[in-house]
Amino acid sequence: MKKILTTPISGGDIKDLRIGDIVYLTGIAATARDDGHRRVAEGGRLPEFPLKGSAVMHVGPIVSGSREEGFKVVAAGPTTSRRMERYEREFIEKTGVKLVVGKGGMGAKTDAACKDLGAVYCVFPGGCAVTAAAAVEEVLGVEWEDFGMPEAFWIFKVKEFGPLIVSIDTEGNNLSERNKAEFERKKERAFGEIEKHVNFSHK
Amino acid sequence: MINEKLTEIIASLIYRSSVELPPDVMSALEGLAAREDSPLAAELYGCIFDNLKKAKELNRPICQDTGALQFFLKAGTKFPYLDDVEDSIREGVMRATERIPLRPNVVESFSERNTGGNVGTLSPWIEWEIVKNSSDLTVEVYMAGGGCSLAGRSKVLMPLEGYAGAVKFVFDTITEWGVNACPPLIVGIGIGACAPTAAMLSKKALLRPLGSENPNQKAAETEKRIKDGLNSIGIGPLGMSGKESVLGVNVEYAAHHPATLAVGLSVGCWATRRGKITVGADGKDGIEIKEC
Repeated sequence: MKKILTTPISGGDIKDLRIGDIVYLTGIAATARDDGHRRVAEGGRLPEFPLKGSAVMHVGPIVSGSREEGFKVVAAGPTTSRRMERYEREFIEKTGVKLVVGKGGMGAKTDAACKDLGAVYCVFPGGCAVTAAAAVEEVLGVEWEDFGMPEAFWIFKVKEFGPLIVSIDTEGNNLSERNKAEFERKKERAFGEIEKHVNFSHK
Repeated sequence: MINEKLTEIIASLIYRSSVELPPDVMSALEGLAAREDSPLAAELYGCIFDNLKKAKELNRPICQDTGALQFFLKAGTKFPYLDDVEDSIREGVMRATERIPLRPNVVESFSERNTGGNVGTLSPWIEWEIVKNSSDLTVEVYMAGGGCSLAGRSKVLMPLEGYAGAVKFVFDTITEWGVNACPPLIVGIGIGACAPTAAMLSKKALLRPLGSENPNQKAAETEKRIKDGLNSIGIGPLGMSGKESVLGVNVEYAAHHPATLAVGLSVGCWATRRGKITVGADGKDGIEIKEC
């Protein structure tokens, strides 16, 4: 059965999630990327829309339409979360989001933030932008349009948005770092195998 | 000057390339999906193919990151509309951005403002190759997304580091950055005398169809060894681990300086979007499509 998180998400809703679990999200999810994170963390500003208990998504959507005629989300897959590593802790602290969604994984600072502040980081499959857009029921608003379409702060109402793969849990376990450590180990062996075959110099 | 017909051909090429994967990428992706057997990999590939189906049905871009567009041209010296090509490409990009729509992805450097229409200083980037004794123009578009471009690197090695040094550079970079670039990946490797040459050849390597091999036997063997080696790491779909890592590895090279061995690396995601069309003069006063 699908495990669905509904906003507002409480600490209790996510405390037992563990890396590798798959969940879906119903409720409020706002987009924020590099510029949005910097404005919250460094600029000390917060979007007007309250985010406590909601989700933040590292997503720069394609949105058609306008405020007047209504917005339609055309495509909305995740971007590389690692770019936001520098500011994610401050973002979670200041906005009170409980769920961070992106792709590719995040680092040690976010592990500690998820543990200390009771939040989880999930990966949505990168590139699956139309599937993601299909889960957006409504655009509730947009702020910080001065950043341009990809970086603006879009507020979506989503229904069963997922699959979201838990990649950092509330104990600070990190799935992508664990995978990467395994890739590093296998890399040494793979490289050692090739090294002896690619000496094209004249002896 | 804008050539209306060429502009529309280019806008259509961008449209087609953004909503559908090239056949070689699609078939490689299906092959990898069929060889995975873990529930998580199956779930991820299920999501990928569901997305591809929806994009095609709804005529929407496969990925929201429709890239900073790059064009690779092979221009015949006798193509009669050479003067119009650049303006037509820029106009075609603006029309495609509006129509499809594409995400406005061009941020003007230093002012740091999004231009809104996917054109800016030297953007889209246009790479020209001149073809002698030809009256055709081949236009290839590459939609370079941020996640996979982030893994791009170029490095000048000392020749005693050898090709092993180049292979190590590729493995280190893919292990460190490949996970963020939406695997399974296409890995383009360039070898040359200096950083920009190797980098550009690595991008051109991504344009060569999957399943083809470099005509030089040693280069082709190196492609295969790197492919097998990267696959043995098992990065899997979206970096969530699996049986394989890459859709393909292509190597392109130029001769190098005795004191330098430069290696370039460009990476394409599972949703590598590129498209190619060849046009020629129709013998009257217009342009006709010869191959697409």
